[in-house]
Amino acid sequence: MSNLSESHPPSFWTRIWESNIGYSFRSNPVAVASLMIFIVIVLMAVFAPLIAPFDPYDPAQIDIMNSEYPPVWIDGSDPKFLFGTDDQGRDLWSTILYGTRLSLLIGLCAVALQAFLGITIGLLAGYIGGRLDSLLMRLADIQLSFSTLMVAIIFLAVTQAMFGSETFNQYAIYFLIVVIGVAEWPQYARTVRATVLAEKKKEYVDGARVLGFGPMRIMVRHILPNSLSPIFVISTVQVANAIISEASLSFLGLGMPPSQPSLGSLISSGFDYIFSGSWWITAIPGVVLVILVLVINLLGDWMRDVLNPRLHKG
Amino acid sequence: MTLLSVRDLTVKFAMRDQNLTALNKISFDLAKGERLGIVGESGAGKSITGFSLMKLLSHPGFIDSGQILLEGEDLIELSDARMRAIRGNRMAMIFQDPMVTLNPVLTIGQQMVETLRAHRKLSESDAKQISIVKLREVYIPSPEERLDQYPHELSGGMRQRIVIAIALLLDPQLIIADEPTTALDVTIQADIMDLLLELCQSNKVGLILITHDLGVVSQMTERLLVMYAGKIIEAGRTREIINDPQHPYTQGLINALPQQTEPGRPLKQIPGNMPSLSAIPTGCPFNPRCEYALDHCRTTPPEIVRYGNVEVACHEVSRLNAERSEEQGA
Amino acid sequence: MTELKNTQPLLELRSLEKHFDLDRGFLETIKFRGGKIVRESRQVHAVNDITLNVDRGEALCVVGESGCGKSTVARLIAGLLTPSSGEIHYDGVRIDNGSRSDIMSLRKKMQMIFQNPYASLNPRMTIQQALEEPVRYHNKSFSKGEVQDKVADVMRSVGVDPSWAKRYPHEFSGGQRQRIAIARALTVDPEFIIADEPISALDVSIQAQVLNLMLEAKNQRGLTYLFITHDLSVVQHFGTRVAVLYLGSVCELAETATLFENPKHPYTRALLSAVPQLKDDHPNHIRLKGEIPTPINLPQGCPFESRCAFANDRCKVEQPKPLLQTDGSIVACHAVEEDRLES
Repeated sequence: MSNLSESHPPSFWTRIWESNIGYSFRSNPVAVASLMIFIVIVLMAVFAPLIAPFDPYDPAQIDIMNSEYPPVWIDGSDPKFLFGTDDQGRDLWSTILYGTRLSLLIGLCAVALQAFLGITIGLLAGYIGGRLDSLLMRLADIQLSFSTLMVAIIFLAVTQAMFGSETFNQYAIYFLIVVIGVAEWPQYARTVRATVLAEKKKEYVDGARVLGFGPMRIMVRHILPNSLSPIFVISTVQVANAIISEASLSFLGLGMPPSQPSLGSLISSGFDYIFSGSWWITAIPGVVLVILVLVINLLGDWMRDVLNPRLHKG
Repeated sequence: MTLLSVRDLTVKFAMRDQNLTALNKISFDLAKGERLGIVGESGAGKSITGFSLMKLLSHPGFIDSGQILLEGEDLIELSDARMRAIRGNRMAMIFQDPMVTLNPVLTIGQQMVETLRAHRKLSESDAKQISIVKLREVYIPSPEERLDQYPHELSGGMRQRIVIAIALLLDPQLIIADEPTTALDVTIQADIMDLLLELCQSNKVGLILITHDLGVVSQMTERLLVMYAGKIIEAGRTREIINDPQHPYTQGLINALPQQTEPGRPLKQIPGNMPSLSAIPTGCPFNPRCEYALDHCRTTPPEIVRYGNVEVACHEVSRLNAERSEEQGA
Repeated sequence: MTELKNTQPLLELRSLEKHFDLDRGFLETIKFRGGKIVRESRQVHAVNDITLNVDRGEALCVVGESGCGKSTVARLIAGLLTPSSGEIHYDGVRIDNGSRSDIMSLRKKMQMIFQNPYASLNPRMTIQQALEEPVRYHNKSFSKGEVQDKVADVMRSVGVDPSWAKRYPHEFSGGQRQRIAIARALTVDPEFIIADEPISALDVSIQAQVLNLMLEAKNQRGLTYLFITHDLSVVQHFGTRVAVLYLGSVCELAETATLFENPKHPYTRALLSAVPQLKDDHPNHIRLKGEIPTPINLPQGCPFESRCAFANDRCKVEQPKPLLQTDGSIVACHAVEEDRLES
């Protein structure tokens, strides 16, 4: 502190690296490993078109005669297909890459939608308070008393019936994002509202009001940046949940169509063949899904421990 | 008769890359029934001293070396079980926030009886009787009724009285009070201080009063330690230090009080801030803020030496004293 | 300067009151009393009928113990709370009922400094951002350079090194943060500062630094202060006039020197005697009976009656009126009025 004026302020990245969060991350092998696995999965999903040997969406590359080849380490396999093929003769490795891409995309977009709705509603409810707060929070309570899956199943089943399976399959990805996004906003709204209520009492908010700033500015510039820690923590949990929700819905046949399989629909499509010996069609995407969700949750656990304001003050 | 004797006590904090020294070889004695004040600003190590004496330091703090002798017995060597028997029994601690000591879900009576029976073989009703006597000693009106009340039903001043009563339950030889009245209003503070003084005097209890308030210390204690950046920089009889401080920091601390300056005139401030533990200056820790600092102040840490009636850790104490008397003479 | 302008006070509080509802919403007001279900709502009477003027250029100190309503008064004036009744006038304009945009230009002239320097700065804003924001917001036409000049100016005037600008509040000590908080208030060129216990969270040597800074700003900028504190030695040093609050009412209002030489209200006397003195060996402070009653059910008579050694039957039933004394102080006490106090 005393030689403050002599040293240069550190850059953003050094600051993060040197901070308690950076230190805690470096000294936590589980978090480092989880992040690395997560990054590898994300990179593979993003660059799926470059990595995948086949394009599973291109019917010209699919030959039904290739169906149900086992993975390469099992007798009777074809070396062209690393993880074997599914019932339609698609290369499982390529399909998993594309499926992970879809699952991640739906998960992240759904959470972005949740976060947008939840943060806006939570900020308004917490900062303005009064009747608006009661109204919005009762809405959240009602929303939460329906299970996400139930809402999603009803909504998706109705839309599927309304538009017909053809149109539905075409826009399935958007329906999934909207339904998962809308169903879970109360999680965000409640967390944000609670933090806003705590932050609102702090003197820097009073200071901003005395300086004449308007409510919008105070909410967005002052309160929101100080409410980010809990938002980060629930975001990890919510991404994992959204991926699971999407997989469950797809497994139930209400999600991505078999022609554009996500991890969930892939698991589902292989399920019919599990007793005929073709276990890999279900098992391998299943393992990928479990690993993906597990690393996200492990990262979330680490983050919750670090950002928990009770553990360290500052 | 020495009750407590602290020798070269060093306390460190285990941080990420290094150990920070929070207390640097502090030594002092406390006679039976003596009242000792420890003053200093935040970061000086005064609260850590209190916690170390009770062996209540928690991670990352730890006692690195030194001795804490309670009637000749070294507390640092004691097992946790033996230490628990001493805590509350022979040494008690009063904190700034009474709710640290009081459990919000138990009644006052339950807490007092529990404390008594943990250390003594007593029947429930005997323990209750002792509790009532102690509550009466701290001037709590209708103590029988208070026993059935919960801490939240009482005012702040009342709670602090009850904490004092709990501290006195087992007739300890030493009470360590860490800022006991900082959270209270002036009129209540004066009452609590009167009470503490009276109880210490009548029961011959030793008191270590940790505070930042020089006024409180000057009225409560016989001897005084002034701490700065983990070191004792001045020690002696309270009255002598307050009336004629020798260390430039003690002088600065006293002169900075608004009472010492004519209303409306700028106060005599000490420039700069207390150094953080990770950046304690070499040499005398006070040297960057000291207007009298010379070259050797910046390189060699001063030893604490006897000067007149007090002990001071300052290289230049005799020169400064001579200059001061010259000024006053002129 | 004040004589030239006119005698109008800068800030006027007229019978200001603030009550807080303890029971909010319909369900909380329903209670079970003596076998019957009744509806009652309890209120905390934080501020009761306070009438007070602050003149241009003075430093009015408001002292009192916790729960006396001094912080509520500060927050009412700053516009953070709306009064239950009564009026607040600033420079002749009523400010407690206008919309935000109407009184914006007046609000800008009064700024507030808070007690806790660890909470009064936004932890996610650098010092530069925190200081530039109000300048930009209130001077939309300023160019980037002008904003930076203004901020650098203010930083220098409060002794904050401009090279700290890119750092975050947590990198500073309490005293430095309080300097930055003062700098932030000064960026909008206020003329009136409400300081709510600005130094009580700081160490002694730092208190002196901050107090000096506030005195300096007062002299250089001609600021007027409303200084809320519980520390009487600070009052004696800093204040030109003192208002002593007890349970939401003013019990004594006087020039600082008058109050310290000749305190009249029994509560003021007890308060002054309770301050621990540095050099005096055997102090004898006036013991008060009991503690401050809760402001939920106010006594009908004098608020101080329950703890006062001079209370009689009149004090129990009749609330004392603030009366002007011969030395210019205003005291609300029956005993003073009837000359029952031995001095």
